[in-house]
This record gives sequence, C-alpha cells and structure tokens, in this order.
Amino acid sequence: MTELNTQRMEELKERYRYFVAFVLGAFFLLLIWLWYLQVLKGSEYRRLSENNRIRIRESPADRGMLLDRKGRILAANRPSFEAYVVAEDLKANPEALKKIGEILNLPVETLRERVQDQKRRAPFRPVKIKSDIDWDELAKLEFNRVHLPGLIVDVRPRRSYPYGSLAAHLIGYLGEVDENELRQIKDSSYRMGSLIGKYGVECRWENDLKGMDGGRQVEVDAWGREVKPLNSIKPFPGNNVILTIDLDLQKVAEEAFQGKMGGLVAMDLKTGRILTMVSKPDFDPDLFARTITPEEWKDLIENPHHPLQNRVLQGQYPPGSVFKIVTAIAGLESGIITPNTQFTCTGLFHYGNRDFRCWKEGGHGTLSLHRAIVESCDIFFYQVGLKIGVDRIAQYANELGLGRLTGISLPHEKPGTVPSSSWKKKRFGVPWYSGETLSVAVGQGYINTTPLQQLMLIATVANGGRILLPQVVERVENIYGDVLKEYPPIEIGRANISEKTLQIVREALLGVVNEPGGTGWACNLKTIKVAGKTGTAQVVKLPPNFKRGDMARLPPKFRDHGWFVAYAPFEDPQIAVAVLVEHGGFGAVAAAPIAKKVMERFFNLEPSPTQKPKGDSAGDVYDD
Amino acid sequence: MSPLPLKNLREIPQGMYTMIDRRLLVHFDWTLLGITLLISAIGLINLYSTTSGMETSGSPFYLKQMIWLLIGLIFMIIIAFIEYRIYSDFAYGIYFITFLLLMAVMVYGIITSGAQRWVRIGWVSFQPSEFIKISLIVVLAKFFQRPPSREGYSLKQLPIPFLLLIVPIILILKQPDLGTAVILLLVFFSVLLFVKVRWSSLLTIVVGGGAIVPFLWRFLKEYQKRRILTFFNPEMDPLGAGYHLIQSKIAVGSGGILGKGFMKGTQSKLGFLPEQQTDFIFSAFGEEWGLIGCFILLALYLTLILWGLRIAVQSKDRFSAILSFGVVAMLFWHIFINIGMVLGMLPVVGIPLPLLSYGGSFMLSTLIGIGLLLNVSMRRYLF
Repeated sequence: MTELNTQRMEELKERYRYFVAFVLGAFFLLLIWLWYLQVLKGSEYRRLSENNRIRIRESPADRGMLLDRKGRILAANRPSFEAYVVAEDLKANPEALKKIGEILNLPVETLRERVQDQKRRAPFRPVKIKSDIDWDELAKLEFNRVHLPGLIVDVRPRRSYPYGSLAAHLIGYLGEVDENELRQIKDSSYRMGSLIGKYGVECRWENDLKGMDGGRQVEVDAWGREVKPLNSIKPFPGNNVILTIDLDLQKVAEEAFQGKMGGLVAMDLKTGRILTMVSKPDFDPDLFARTITPEEWKDLIENPHHPLQNRVLQGQYPPGSVFKIVTAIAGLESGIITPNTQFTCTGLFHYGNRDFRCWKEGGHGTLSLHRAIVESCDIFFYQVGLKIGVDRIAQYANELGLGRLTGISLPHEKPGTVPSSSWKKKRFGVPWYSGETLSVAVGQGYINTTPLQQLMLIATVANGGRILLPQVVERVENIYGDVLKEYPPIEIGRANISEKTLQIVREALLGVVNEPGGTGWACNLKTIKVAGKTGTAQVVKLPPNFKRGDMARLPPKFRDHGWFVAYAPFEDPQIAVAVLVEHGGFGAVAAAPIAKKVMERFFNLEPSPTQKPKGDSAGDVYDD
Repeated sequence: MSPLPLKNLREIPQGMYTMIDRRLLVHFDWTLLGITLLISAIGLINLYSTTSGMETSGSPFYLKQMIWLLIGLIFMIIIAFIEYRIYSDFAYGIYFITFLLLMAVMVYGIITSGAQRWVRIGWVSFQPSEFIKISLIVVLAKFFQRPPSREGYSLKQLPIPFLLLIVPIILILKQPDLGTAVILLLVFFSVLLFVKVRWSSLLTIVVGGGAIVPFLWRFLKEYQKRRILTFFNPEMDPLGAGYHLIQSKIAVGSGGILGKGFMKGTQSKLGFLPEQQTDFIFSAFGEEWGLIGCFILLALYLTLILWGLRIAVQSKDRFSAILSFGVVAMLFWHIFINIGMVLGMLPVVGIPLPLLSYGGSFMLSTLIGIGLLLNVSMRRYLF
C-alpha cells in the first residue's frame, strides 16, 4: 500500500472559512426564500391550494400545411368548436352532465363513461366530450353556461383535407399518440390524447409539421370559470411541407382510376421527384382528423381490399411482361443473346413435361429481340431465360433496383422478391427447377415487385442507368416562407449496364407503343414519342385450355392484374409512369390508357381517344 | 492462505486492509451517524405521508425506501471500515468499473419515460450515473493528492481530470440526465477551488467556457433553444415545467408557518406535484411541516455539511481531505439545487434531495458518500 501524501496540508485548510461562509450564505438564501413563500405569500398560496384554482388550458399549434409543388393546399387546418368537461367541477352540480348531454344529443351514460374512463389523467384536466359542435349546440351551451359548472367550450384547430381522399396514401393520416409512442418519443411536448402523424407524409414529416403547442394557466372560481389569466404562451404553427406532386396530374390520375383498384406512380426523370401517386381503394383522411370511431376503424381494417394500404409501395405483384425488360438486359449484357438472335414461337413451348404457352394463339413465328419485346412474345423469353439461368436474371433484377427498398421516405415500404436458386434453397430448402426459370423470365412465379419498383426500373432504363432517389417532398418552409430544408435530387446509384444494351431496349420499348403490332398502342401520343411496356400478372393458374379472351368472363377476383410502365419523350425523357390495375385484365387494355391520360396532362396535350393499333395484330386482345 | 498466528493484537501486521482497530471504534464519528439517521428518519416519515394516497405496483414506497436505507447503511459501514488508502490504490479501477456500467446503460439500458438511465444486473436495476459521482470524487482525490507548485495547478496539469469529467458527462447527457451532469460539473469545480488552481487558469476556463456557449447556441435547432430557455425560465412552458413549478410553490407556500400537518398535504395528495416522491419531495415536506419544519430540516442539513467540511480540513493527508471535501460538495449541491428548484429560485433540474427523495441508487450513493466521510473522520488520529 502506498503511503499517502501529507505535504502542504495547510494550503487545503486556508480556504476553510470561505467555504463555510459560502454554505452559510446559501442556506440563508433558502431560508429567506422559504420565509417569502410561506409567510409573506402564505395566505395567498393557501387560498390557491384550497380550491385548486390554477388550471391549464391547452392551445395546440396549427399543424403545418401540406402543399403541392405549385403551392396549392392539400392539407390545412380549420377551426372546430369542442366541448370539454372538468370532472372535479361537475361535483358542484351533478345535473349538469345530463343537461350537457341533452344539448349535445349524447346519452348521459356515454358521457359519464367518458369522463370516468380517464383514470390516468392529471387532476382537473378537461376531458373532451364532443368536437365539431355546431352553431345551434354552441348557442345553447353558451346560453346555459352559468348552470353548467365544469363545462369548457374551446376552439381548436382541426386538420382538414380540402380534396378529401385525393392522394390520401401519400398525405397519410393522424391519430392519437399511443402509449408506446409516448414512451419512445423523447420530446416531452406530446401528452396523452395529442395527435401525431401515423402514416404517409404526416408521419414522416411529423417533426416539421407539428409546431409548438401553446397554452395558458388560468385561475378559476369555484364553478370552474376563468377569473384571471396567469401565464400564457402562444402556440407556434408548424412548418409547411411542399410536396413534389402536382395537383392537376393527381386529379387526372385519380379520375382515370375511378371504379378501379390498383396504383399509379409517376416520376420526374430529371429529379426523381414523384409527380403523382395514386392508390385505390382509398380512405378519407378526415375520419382520422376527428377521432375515428371504433366502428369506422374496424370497417377500414377489415375491408378485404385493404384501403389503408398504399399499393404503390406496399402492394407486391408479379411484374408480368414488364419484367421482359430485365430478361432482355440480362441476356444482352451476359452476351448470351445479341439483337440478332432469333427464336421461333409456335404459340406452344414444350419443356420438361409441361406445355408453356405464348399469349398469342398460333404464335409469333420467328423473331428477334426487338420484335419479341414489341409484341411481348412469351416463348422468345422462355428460351432466353433458359439460356441465361435464373441467377443471372436475379443479378440484373437487383442491379435495376428490384428486390430491395427504393428508399422513398414513406413508412412501410415493401422490398418485393427477386427469386434465385440460393433464395429458394434458403426459403423452401429445395433446389431450383429450370422449369421455374421460364415463369420468372416472363415475370411470373415467385417474383414480386411493387409499382414503385417498376417505376424505378423504367426510370433507370430511361435515364441511362442513373438511379435517382424517389422523393415526395421538395422543401420545408416556415410560416414566413423561409426555406428550412430542401431536398435536392440525389443519385443513389448507377446500374452497371452498358449504354449499348439500354439503347437496344429503349428502341424496342419505343416500338411497343409506336410500331405496328406493338402491345402499348393505347398509350400512343400524336406529338410525343412514348416508350413503354405492358404486362399482365397472373392471379390464379389458368387451365391449359383457357383462352385469354375469356378473361372478362371470370369473376373479378380471379382476373389478372394489368401493368403498364412508360416514359416520354423518347429523345429526352422527362416523365416515367408505372400503372397497376388490379384484376383489370391485360395491361394493354386496363393500364395503358390510364398512363396515357397522365402523359397528356403532363405535356398539356388535348385528351384524345385511344388509338387503334396499326398493323396485323389489330384484334382487341394483346399482350401476353 | 494459512491463518495468522495470533500472538497479541499489537503484532497484527500493518497493512491488513480491513482490520478493525479498537481505536477506530473509539474515534467513530457518532455525531455524523446520528445526523444521518435523523434526516433519514424524517425522510421515511415524509415519504410515508406523501405517497400514502398513491397507487403503486408492489410494496409501498416507504417500505422499499426503508429496505434501501438498511442496505445503504450496511454499505456505509463497510465503506467506513475499509482503510481509505485502498480507495487511493484502486481509484482508477473503481472509476473504470463505474464507467463501464455507464457505458452499459447506453447499450442495454432500460428506457423509462423517454430516458435511458437504468441497467439491470441480476434482479436489481440501478442507475450507474449515481455511482459515477462517487467514483469521480475518488479519482479526483487520487489525482490531486500530489500537491501543485506554490501558485496552484496550472491549466497544463488539468487535461486528465477534465477528461475524467467530460466523458461521463457526455454519456449522462445522452441518457438524458441533465441533473446528474450538473452535479458532476459543480463537484468538479468545487474540488478545483479546494485544491487550488491558479486564478489565471480558472479565469481561462470560465472565459473559455463562456465563449463557447454562444458559438454552440448557433448550432441548436429552434425547438432545442426553446427547451433550454424553458429550463431556465419555466414560465415559458405554462403547461409543463411552469405548471409543476407553480403547483410546487403553492404547496410550499400554503404550508405557512406551522404547516398543514402530517398526512394533511392536499397538493401532494391530489397529485398536483410532479415527481412528488423524488425531485419534488421537499414541496410535500414544506406543505405539511411549514416554515418550522423546513427550518429544522435545513438546520440538520447545514450541520451535516459543516461537519463534513470540518472532517475535510482536519484530515491527515491530501487524499482523504479532497475525498471528504468532494463528498461534502456533492451533498451540498444536491441539497441547495433541489430546494432552490422546488422553491422556484433556481432552474428546474432533476436533482433529488439526499436522504429524503425516493430512489435506491441515490440512497446508496448518498450513504456511500457519508460512509467515506465516517471513514476519514475516524482515521484522522491514526497512522
């Protein structure tokens, strides 16, 4: 054990008396303060404590607005009159609750339950009993105010969505903060019952939108009526969030989707900004702005069509023939096919012990890659797929952004599935069968993509391999219009694909919409060159003798999903669109006309009727 | 190890770490123990009254606190009888272990009401930030036991103590636990004043620190600035801190001269006081016992502090002097800031009141501190 140092101890003792003096001074200060509170102001504080006279009145901040790219309001706030009661004050007049119930048309039992339900509430905290009370009720309440102790009528901002369910999934909705969230949020400004963004932009930009709640302390009389304001703080409104979507385009897209289910997403190819995002069926975000009733919530949750789900990024569907873009790229890049490689389509392809069909009865004859894409020949791509194998297809699918999250700043995005032999081994514990490669090569089978991923696929092809981050918010401004945050375009990667290959594919995509026999004629524009690809995703396995033309006779839930992805103009791509129509049948029929309407609006063209395709395949059944 | 051949007591080799010498018992500081027990008793009675109406899961607060008190007293006695030279020898080790626990909070910590302050080992969960206070004091005593030059320590000699302070402070602020961080800072500067740091160096630290603040301020977001301003001026937040503060002042003030009496405090019973069993325990005490009760409690605390200061200046060596001074500083700042906050005199910092506030880790760290004081006190005539 070391000896301890005893040198110069006297120095340590020198300042002893200063420390003593300091401590004495500090304690003296505390005593003086106690004397001030307990003696000088004692009686005042005693009065305040006896009647619990100090109350809190909250005044929540206006939530920031959501605006479209041209500054048009998509979500704002409106005033709502709300009735509250203070349970403790009701004791003065038990009849009051009954009277309030009469005026507001609420059964007194419900009221009583609601008031007593709030066990963990702080004392004298008002309990909301009705929001959005109308003028009539308001007048009656105010008239009877004197006889209704414990009643508070307050005006509060309420979220409002002027266009109803327009872009509901992108905008999102609000809800009361739950205990889990309260525990996780380190921000103390949320209390039980505060509203918080739960979905969409309302959720992801919560911190910007929220603002600072205000409130005031008031002294009340024995009836709970305000006598004297004590101390108050004004609420400070949240910041406005300017979205990347265009209201006009959104309207056109939603109209085109009338009565259909599915999703549509369009992107500005120069910036990666999302121009419109539609998911149907949708919901009314206003339901959530006023507290949603358990019945309404149950309806939404139990609806078999999942209206709360944003299909654009949460819906996972087989990509159908759109995936032939990937198969073509994989074939060209790996050198296994060239633009001149030819295969013959007889309408039927025998592999293993199974017959694989082309969508076109009788077949396409002998054709090379360009025409195979234009006419969407299945049998051509079966044979390409077999040659290159599933793992190389998977490699290029991943290269083009399939099978992983796109990174869009919206909650609950799904990654989709890109199958490979190792994936199957891991997932099911069995090896890959080459017969399954045939399905994958034409976008059926295990493969799943979201509409957003399909958009990214076509956008990457159009942009020469540049992968842009899809963004839904352009900037955040405070109420004075100062820009607080900006979201510049971000290139998140570059697909390792040669320009030569991409050019071959793009030419073919142009042909799909513009060449005789192309499957995408329904999106043909007179003045602007559109390039695209149709697709049809099977929902159920159809019997071998099933004729594609019989699709319309199937019950809707078994009908195929229609896909269409496109970009334009061909020479200088500005916009890309991906459309999925659930159970719509062929992509060419169901999805392509919707994409056309969006393109027309984007390029400010006069709406024109869908063009009849030129050339030989002029039947009304096209696509795979 | 074979048992020692016991011939006679005087031949027991010096350097046995935990030998209880009969002289130790003669010099045992009964006064300090008495004051501690007296305040603890007041604390238990007050806790019983304050929390009697509260719903709790498991045993009532006062019972749990009593168990913590007993455990703490055992720790206190053990700490008191281990020769303090051992603490000097193992100072850095003690600090390091506590620091590891503090790191564990970051990784394995339990989150309660938005803060991550607790770790669980076996069946006990505790707050390592409480124990880093003691460890910091021990390690500072070790560092400063070598005397400075005549003018005092210069800035160049201080990087290590600063590092020992800053790193745990950063971890604690991350939890976030502003109160404990403030205590660490104040204890540190109190010790600097005690061991004598050159005035020019102190001035540099103060001016330098002051110059950094506006610089850092510019990097804060609007809402962060507001939160800090609210901290210094709770009236900016009439719904949160401001409401709590006015209710606390009403509680203390309504106690008047004589108080409302045992079990009769309405503010605490009706749930108007925030954290009434921990940080705001004094307002419940003031409500029930009035100015007279507060005066007696303050007198006891004052005696504790002055007695501790005396122990510091009468100790035999630099290590024990700085050690006991550090403990006294810790107790003093806890008492002064807590009561000052409750009375609306100082910013609302979450700092508990020694021996009165509910909380196992805090009870332990307080009693371990007092154990160190007892230790130094009874050994000042030895060696």
